[in-house]
Amino acid sequence: MSAVRLYVWQRLTALLMVPLIVVHLIVIIYATNRGLSAADILDRTRGSVAWGLFYALFVAAASIHGAIGVRGVAREWLGLRDTALDRLMWIFGVVLVVLGLRAVYAVVAT
Amino acid sequence: MSTTAEAMIDVRVWRGGEEGEYQAFSVPRRDSQTVLDIVTWIQRHADPTLAYRFACRVGVCGSCAMTVNGRPRWTCRTHVSKVIEDGRLEIGPLANLPVIRDLAADMTPFFDKWQKAEGTFVPSRTRHEPLETISPDSAERQAADAAIECINCGVCYAACDTVRWSPEYFGPAALNRAWTLVNDVRDTGNLKRLAAAASSGGCHNCHSHQSCEQLCPKGLNPTASIAGLKRRTMQAYIRGEIS
Amino acid sequence: MSTTPHTTAYRRDRLWLAAMVHRVSGVLLAAFLPLHFLVLGLAIRGEAELDGFLQWTKSPLVKFAELGLVLLLAIHLLGGIRVLLIENMPWREGQKQMATIAAVAAVGIGCVFLVALL
Repeated sequence: MSAVRLYVWQRLTALLMVPLIVVHLIVIIYATNRGLSAADILDRTRGSVAWGLFYALFVAAASIHGAIGVRGVAREWLGLRDTALDRLMWIFGVVLVVLGLRAVYAVVAT
Repeated sequence: MSTTAEAMIDVRVWRGGEEGEYQAFSVPRRDSQTVLDIVTWIQRHADPTLAYRFACRVGVCGSCAMTVNGRPRWTCRTHVSKVIEDGRLEIGPLANLPVIRDLAADMTPFFDKWQKAEGTFVPSRTRHEPLETISPDSAERQAADAAIECINCGVCYAACDTVRWSPEYFGPAALNRAWTLVNDVRDTGNLKRLAAAASSGGCHNCHSHQSCEQLCPKGLNPTASIAGLKRRTMQAYIRGEIS
Repeated sequence: MSTTPHTTAYRRDRLWLAAMVHRVSGVLLAAFLPLHFLVLGLAIRGEAELDGFLQWTKSPLVKFAELGLVLLLAIHLLGGIRVLLIENMPWREGQKQMATIAAVAAVGIGCVFLVALL
């Protein structure tokens, strides 16, 4: 995949995640303050379309951003060639999306 | 009456090519002494076989850059007092380039990358046409002016760990040069230049470590120039002009 | 005795360190994400399953690790905003101060988390 394409996707997902992470940090601190329990988390998320969409978007953005980021680090620090890098990026990205959406389903589905 | 012992500096100088070792010299301390003065003293008084490169001695030609105590510097205008640490100086060849011998690095890859980055002016007029009038106040000209004083010394290139970690990366100087031409309204080579900037050796390698900006002896900011290229290539990509 | 001519004192510079913090925090977050998703996925088998795991996270060592994760997320967010600003806005002087502010603010967010925790 071309350098500019990777760059655009990585930076757009970064920008998208700025507000998402702010909300996430607030939720983390709020939930921790209440003593972090499954009932607490699931009360908030179960059956909520809004939280479902929020986390699905978050998972998609984080997976793309992380996969491209890992590709970049592996290119510089492991010295892998382009085909190996693309393979690594796609495998890691797909694993993240699958596990992430499964987690969203787990906490949102009633 | 005892004479005051002359103040000396412990200097370690790289000897050899890629393989070699640092050799110790004791060099007398002088007022207003530059690192280039130190190297010259060693060659004249201690070891005439020491290889190094310089020409103008006044910060114009860009040929005397070396690694001084772990940071690349233009040695002719770097005062010893500014860079000495615990009375010691360690002087090596520029990093990220092949070592020819001792303090002389092979600049060939550095200049080859200027070509790869399309750092060549592509005129829109011939010499038979009248000169184009450029307003010094125009935004494009000011953007170009901010980046044109490069002397090709290679300090930024040697300071850049992104160059070290991705050898195909063109590096700060070549991309800074490309950015001046992108802003030059007389130039017609931009599509090719933006394609080069977006290629695998291009501007998207840059992670804004800013070592180039911190160490450029001319006070230029290649990080900002490369950021400009990132914006222009992103626009060109979105418009479908490059892929 | 050094057998390479290339020493790297510039790696002590603040902005170089900021770039490395950004990179390393990103790699660690990427490594953590699959685990994070697997844990939340436990809820597929019901609330009790997830709660069982969350009980384990009550141990002080895990709480300490959670503080680390909050710090990683905060510093990667703030450092990332700095990079996005560098890349997409007119140049702004004082990048060293910006990097310091990002680090201090991340520690601040970590402190808020600690207060929430205790």
